[in-house]
Amino acid sequence: MPLSDAGHGAGGRPDALRLEDVGFSYGRHGVLDGVSLCVGRGEFVALAGPNGSGKSTLVRVALGLTPPQGGEVRLFGEPPAHLRDRWRVGYVPQRAVVVDQLPATVEEVVASGCVARRGWARRPHAEDRHRVEQALDVVALTDRRRTPIVELSGGQQQRVFIARALASEPELLVLDEPIAGVDAESQTRFRDALVTRCHNDGVAVLLVSHELGAVADDLDRLVVLRGGKVVFDGPPADLTAEGVSLGVHRTDLPVWLEGPG
Amino acid sequence: MSLPLPWPFEREYMQLALVSGLAVGACAPLIGTFLVQKRLSLMGDGIGHMAFAGVAAGLLTGVSPLWTALVVAVLGAMTIEWLRLRRRASGDLALAVFFYTGIAAGVVLTGLAGSLNSGVLTYLFGAVLTVSPGDALSICVLGVCILAVVAVTWRALFSVALDEEAARVAGMPVDALSLGLAALTAVTVVAAMRVVGVLLVAALMVLPVGSAQRLARSFGATLRWAVAIGMGSVVVGLAVARAAALAPGGTIVLVAAAAFTVTAALDVGGRRAA
Repeated sequence: MPLSDAGHGAGGRPDALRLEDVGFSYGRHGVLDGVSLCVGRGEFVALAGPNGSGKSTLVRVALGLTPPQGGEVRLFGEPPAHLRDRWRVGYVPQRAVVVDQLPATVEEVVASGCVARRGWARRPHAEDRHRVEQALDVVALTDRRRTPIVELSGGQQQRVFIARALASEPELLVLDEPIAGVDAESQTRFRDALVTRCHNDGVAVLLVSHELGAVADDLDRLVVLRGGKVVFDGPPADLTAEGVSLGVHRTDLPVWLEGPG
Repeated sequence: MSLPLPWPFEREYMQLALVSGLAVGACAPLIGTFLVQKRLSLMGDGIGHMAFAGVAAGLLTGVSPLWTALVVAVLGAMTIEWLRLRRRASGDLALAVFFYTGIAAGVVLTGLAGSLNSGVLTYLFGAVLTVSPGDALSICVLGVCILAVVAVTWRALFSVALDEEAARVAGMPVDALSLGLAALTAVTVVAAMRVVGVLLVAALMVLPVGSAQRLARSFGATLRWAVAIGMGSVVVGLAVARAAALAPGGTIVLVAAAAFTVTAALDVGGRRAA
């Protein structure tokens, strides 16, 4: 069935993100093999999989940074290249790079997330400042706003980049391994920020992560990728029924993911 | 006609040098701040060498070297950036190819023009004390253009310098902004050519920024500090050069280097590693 008929979620509005039978390979090395994945509006979906399972490639394809070699990608019902209001997609890259000498404050980095939405040559207006305030508040960094970002811990820096993605008030948030190596306090703040945006504001969230303990109870769906194929797509409880726990025994998921077949 | 300024700027030639130097002292660090952020600190150097080929072409054809250098530098800078964006070559490899091609073409063209005459040395090492009123006006016009463009685009340039990929996902015109920054770099190099010379032009794009990064606690403050240190280096450098009869271009850069050393020494807390 073509995407144009199938790409609509409940209520008739197109899903935030939809991949249909997507394939991708680097030379002879196949990375994604017939991957289909959907994130509806207000849905909190996690994507897990062992190292080398194709998670990062899938994110790049989903965001339109890399064109798929087969299948179709739709962001809000449009091919990524045709989506006009790109600010509707927020992206937190894997290990966002902070140059050691980056002389920028927390507030400057977060405010840079508003530039695309208001138009790159325009000056910020009151509405932008309000969005920055809100984003800082969500990640609980309002009191550090004037601190140079290099003076923050790794977890706090990651929260800054989440705030930057939130500052354009996106309708789809894609986060690539955002909580790897992050301290417990930042993990809790991070979870609260995502759950608020998702369940209160209807933002669709695709979280790519190995460590799902912090958000295990909040997920609507979990998608597991292994060897470039989707091997599980459903409520986390269904995976729990197979004896794999995301919440209590947090080591279960990585062990299960890395395990044979 | 000279203005009633105190020593060492009481003579007209020193005033022309001051005006040209201040325009360059403001623009070079301003553009340099974005280049340093993008880890393209040597971009100014590579473009300087291409500008040299442009100068030689101007001397050969009898066209004003400032304008031939501008055309060659802007085209070369945009080509380097295009190659980097398309991932056809890594940033430093693309730079190196153009760096050497530029200087080789410059040498060959200068040979064709007759000899390594004094006109070439003027652009290689700078000759700010012989700047004509027309040159000073051209440099100031280029400087005002650069300041105006940066005033409008600095937030967008910052967002791209911070994270090119995230900016691309958000729908920023990353390619256009990167090519625009490369073109601005080329314009700055050409404006600075008569002041410090193509061999030292990159120093004014990088050294004041290095100092500013140690003094400032925000990106906005880094831009302001870098411009202040760049302009201050020009004033002090010209004064020292006049007093001690030194080469002004080199003296300006040595003052900027001294400022960097002092700020590095003052950065006692080691807030930022070098």
